[in-house]
Amino acid sequence: MRRFGIAVAALCTLLLSGCGYNELQRRDEQVKAAWAEVLNQYQRRADLVPNLVNTVKGFAQQEQQVLTQVTDARARAGSIQATPELVDNPEAFARFQAAQRELGGALSRLLAVAESYPQLKSDANFRDLQAQLEGTENRIAVARNRYIRAVQEYNVTVRSFPSNLTAMLFGFKPKPNFTVENEQEIAKPPRVDFGTKNK
Amino acid sequence: MIRAVLLLSFLCATGWAEVAVPPLTAQVVDQTGTLTGEQRAGLERKLREFELRKGAQIAVLMVPSTAPEPIEQYSLRVVEQWKLGRKKVDDGVLLIVAKNDRALRIEVGYGLEGALNDAVARRIVSDIIAPRFRDGDFYGGVNAGVDAMMGVIEGEPLPAPKEAARSEGGNVGQALPILLILALVAGGLLRAMLGRVLGGAITGGLVGALAWLLVGTMAVALFAGVIAFLFTLLGGGRGYGYYGGFPGGFGGGGFSSGGGFSGGGGSFGGGGASGRW
Repeated sequence: MRRFGIAVAALCTLLLSGCGYNELQRRDEQVKAAWAEVLNQYQRRADLVPNLVNTVKGFAQQEQQVLTQVTDARARAGSIQATPELVDNPEAFARFQAAQRELGGALSRLLAVAESYPQLKSDANFRDLQAQLEGTENRIAVARNRYIRAVQEYNVTVRSFPSNLTAMLFGFKPKPNFTVENEQEIAKPPRVDFGTKNK
Repeated sequence: MIRAVLLLSFLCATGWAEVAVPPLTAQVVDQTGTLTGEQRAGLERKLREFELRKGAQIAVLMVPSTAPEPIEQYSLRVVEQWKLGRKKVDDGVLLIVAKNDRALRIEVGYGLEGALNDAVARRIVSDIIAPRFRDGDFYGGVNAGVDAMMGVIEGEPLPAPKEAARSEGGNVGQALPILLILALVAGGLLRAMLGRVLGGAITGGLVGALAWLLVGTMAVALFAGVIAFLFTLLGGGRGYGYYGGFPGGFGGGGFSSGGGFSGGGGSFGGGGASGRW
């Protein structure tokens, strides 16, 4: 009797792993971890904004418009609840992407403006912040690339036979990825080092 | 025509022709021939001593160009392949120089992002290394940059480096499955042919000899041989309590010991700073 029970358990394990159930779980967790890293890096960028805005303000009072744009974009990006479940909702995902892109654009405009203030450019605090921002943009690019890879692997598993049957049974759906139109942008970390252009 | 199709399919497959990541042969990999053998040896000695003392791995890579990729992207591919730094500690750093692009970058592993943060890395790049490069003093720039990075990492509390003795037995983890299968298959066969005691003895001897070849440690080889003997003697087919008998806790090796140099399995997340000269 006990032997029969063991045999049934073994059979179930074999069947489930044969159908890619474990594989699906693993890939799903990978996507979640990669997404958490993306969020983490976006948060890191958002955290840099107040300091950066204040530093620029001290030297370039008259650039109110650009400064306000950055602050607003940060507020908008922050207002979207970036939960892990966001990944499963394509619409919210797209909105989140748009907000982050806007913040990225506003920040690079701010740095472009900073170019015309030599005093600001040579300020040690500003230089450190600029380095941190560059580093964070690069981390975002890396995190996004890793997320793209994780989602690709997950989606292939969800769509290929026979794991697609298991996926259907347990409600695993394909996840949205970063859209193709900004692929170029993903491939390159945004250039924000204007410090070298005018030399 | 055929050639065009081949080329096209090749381009499609690879995206574009990327610069290949060179193999990690030593702490300093210079593909531009900028450093003299003596300078390279000096840097390597310094970095090896630092690794033995502190545990962190620093490597230097000099390439002619990273085009068409930006240096950030290329350097991440390099560290993903080289895996500098210890596993879980992630204390690896790569100083990469693209000579013809006049670009350089310090790529920092996760574990060192606190000490060697972006701002510090940027200062080392633009205040210490770039000015020397501008004067054409590449060795001086690399050397001063390496010194500055070591100085920063020195102040960071990191786990103590592993004992050299531990790393010698590093391949047991890879050898285990082979030994296990050999013991199971050969043990079963020999027992059927020669009887329990003789079959067990031969299996034990075989496994022991193989373990000795693979691992090179007599104690481990003897242990494996005895276990294989006992297993064959007492007969399989009754569950696999045998698995627990092997010594756990090996593996996780692959750390640089002796002459060669290899990454320890550290990971990177894109931290660091780039600059130009």
